[in-house]
Amino acid sequence: MADMGDKAREEFFSEAHEIIEGLSRDLLQLDSSRGKGPVDPELVNNIFRAVHTLKGLAGLFGAARMSALSHELENVLDDLRLGKIELSQAALDLLFRGVTIYGRILAVEKGTRSDPLSDIDEFLRELADLSESQSDDAPISGAFYELDPGLLAVLTEYEEHRLRTNIEQGQSLFRLRVRFELATIDAALSTLKTKAKPHGEIITYLPTGEGAEADSIELDILMASKASLDVLRSLLGGEQAQIEEVPRRSPSAKDPVLVPSRLGSHGPSHDPLPYASAHPASAPPRPKAVAQRPGALPKTASTAAMAAEVSLRSVTQTVRVDIRKLDLLMNIVGELSIVRNAIGRLTESVRKSPELREIGMELYRLHRGFERQLADLQSGILEVRMVPLGQLFDKLARVVRQISREADKDVNLVITGAETEVDKLIVEELSDPLMHMIRNAIDHAIEARIERERVGKPAVGTIALNAFQKASHVVIEVEDDGKGIDESKLVSAAVKRGLLAQEEVTELVHREVLNLVFIPGLSTKSDVGELSGRGVGMDVVKTNIGKLGGIIDIYSERGIGTKFTVTLPITLAIISALIVQVEGRTFAVPLASVQEAIWLDPAALRRVEGQEMMTLRGATLPLCRINELFALSSVGKTKTRPYAVVVSVGARRLGLVVDELIGQQDIVIKPLGPSLKRVKGFAGATELGDQRVALVLDAPALIEEAFLGGGDAVVGASYG
Amino acid sequence: MRRILVVEDSAATRSFVRSALEDGGDLGPFDIVEATSGFDALRLLPRGPYDLVITDINMPDINGLELVQFIRKSDRHRSTALIIISTQSSEKDRARGLSLGADDYLAKPLDPEALLSTVQRLLTNRPAAG
Repeated sequence: MADMGDKAREEFFSEAHEIIEGLSRDLLQLDSSRGKGPVDPELVNNIFRAVHTLKGLAGLFGAARMSALSHELENVLDDLRLGKIELSQAALDLLFRGVTIYGRILAVEKGTRSDPLSDIDEFLRELADLSESQSDDAPISGAFYELDPGLLAVLTEYEEHRLRTNIEQGQSLFRLRVRFELATIDAALSTLKTKAKPHGEIITYLPTGEGAEADSIELDILMASKASLDVLRSLLGGEQAQIEEVPRRSPSAKDPVLVPSRLGSHGPSHDPLPYASAHPASAPPRPKAVAQRPGALPKTASTAAMAAEVSLRSVTQTVRVDIRKLDLLMNIVGELSIVRNAIGRLTESVRKSPELREIGMELYRLHRGFERQLADLQSGILEVRMVPLGQLFDKLARVVRQISREADKDVNLVITGAETEVDKLIVEELSDPLMHMIRNAIDHAIEARIERERVGKPAVGTIALNAFQKASHVVIEVEDDGKGIDESKLVSAAVKRGLLAQEEVTELVHREVLNLVFIPGLSTKSDVGELSGRGVGMDVVKTNIGKLGGIIDIYSERGIGTKFTVTLPITLAIISALIVQVEGRTFAVPLASVQEAIWLDPAALRRVEGQEMMTLRGATLPLCRINELFALSSVGKTKTRPYAVVVSVGARRLGLVVDELIGQQDIVIKPLGPSLKRVKGFAGATELGDQRVALVLDAPALIEEAFLGGGDAVVGASYG
Repeated sequence: MRRILVVEDSAATRSFVRSALEDGGDLGPFDIVEATSGFDALRLLPRGPYDLVITDINMPDINGLELVQFIRKSDRHRSTALIIISTQSSEKDRARGLSLGADDYLAKPLDPEALLSTVQRLLTNRPAAG
């Protein structure tokens, strides 16, 4: 990529990314509307414009492959929107592939992926073939309209095409002259568009330049519609809008304007044609200046001035922000909460001293105020980081479409909870694992059409993608109605590969068997994927979700289907934690995973198969002694009644045995240095505000360890 | 200071134009105002006059051609210099823009040096708009 500033580069990536996402959404909409009546020309034009803009961007930033791709796609889309080629399934497939390739190119340009992109040339040839097969311009049907050449001269080629198409379809043309307040033009125009859409198509908007004022503008809107003038008048007319039907001219009339095939020869220097000046009686009366118009809302000088101020604003009210800037802000909030905690401690000690009581109370009030404001600031920043999962789901919908076509299976994707919001970073990181799970579902779980019919299932398979919030977690389910997992085959494959001893087999319960799909040695073998109907690379999926502080659960029933449940924290940036002590060392347990803390009752303890357990309200709770796990040397005083901090992820619970409960605190998790990074069981480290550093326990990893044991890394082995 | 209105719906392209013209050479620095759409331009025009308007052609609703015609028809902006930017593929649109009274066109992808020299050529010997 050409040399350019980092900021410009970032801007390029974020804009390109945004456009590609929009492009993907529009294509999906186009796909689902195909075969259900005429294609929405506006949608096709939006898609064209998206690619057009990408081409411009790619050119500016020297992204050659993106330029080449955009160029070919643009040709195809231009032909599509100008009606030169049909929107066939093949054309649509190519467009979808184009979106995927855009994504790959961007990743390569960004340097986040190495991809030779060797298949692009072939793809570009396919695109070129499609746009070359086009037919020539269809002959004009010969409808004659009395249109102002000034208006015709400013139509773009596309608008000209839309005008021609509408005339060919027997629509009548209408001219709306509407005056808009500049301050409110966006809202007013979008209302007008919404009202007009069911009745026809707006071809263009032309500012008339007449009666131009600082705060309002008159537009000539050219619209094609099958509706009658009366209908349109009652629908769109009003005090600020005059609607006239553009009269058809008899072909015998002198100097007819053949719309629009001869447009190219008409410049603005030509004599005005009848509609504009020769028929003044048919032209709508020109509205007077806004302030003088009877019936217009009375407007004071100050509101006029305000309107002029407002008009300086840009159309969009959003800003794009680099996520790293938000991270920085979050870090500052984190530092501030450390200060807050220190002030809190100071306040407490001041309050305890009798002679400083007054000051202590004042300090306490101030501290509480500060605490509230800081909490607001923190939740404000967190909110900015949140994006709806729908962004990701749109992308997945495209994947489902593509893979199901490749696999020649009919799959229906059902999405619920697309509005559920999650931290932007989490959404980014979720993309690959979810895509992987969906690919597995289509490739291995959903049966072939014939097989489905044989077992009495609907021929079209269903994959459900459900998202919802559950307390401070977000749950995403990926569910299919495929063949489910064959447990016996899974078990025998595990035994064959030496991952499981034959004698252990009988001890496995249903859930443990299913969890075998997450074991690395087993699940990366694609033949097992084929056998089990699931599980290619599921270990990687699990690791990636674990990195986000999440956990993945599986439920499967043979012949019925499989459901993966991913439970994730809503944000990674800052968390509330329970601070605990074990052998004089301080640890933080993320509060999101903490259910409760209880006194450990020695009488309730027992040992089952080497695993320490206790009975809690009738249920069995496995225990994990932190001092043993991390081999902490004893500092002398033995705690007679330690606590168990009950952590849970999904349906699983574990009691972490600790000496002291210190309190609750907001913490910013910092990554561990390289020496501790490979040790499972820690989510990171944090600073507590009194120069103490605490390790943050990784509850999901500890639970994982306790339930499944073994694994490839030894939890905590090198900590002492 | 010479004022330039850049009408373009792509933020990255606007930034690009801004950085290409930032220094402005002998005539600079310029006061560059950005409009994100044809409507936005209509809103910003009354705050002019501008010495130069640089506009994209392909924009939704009010396209660049309509903007060119509007500017040329208006008493206030008649003498404003006008550059249209368009991709190679839309030759027809470009020809129309020139016949409507645009002073010059530049093809996308834009070349920063060509852009600056075109701007300088159009603005030299042109009295400042005010």
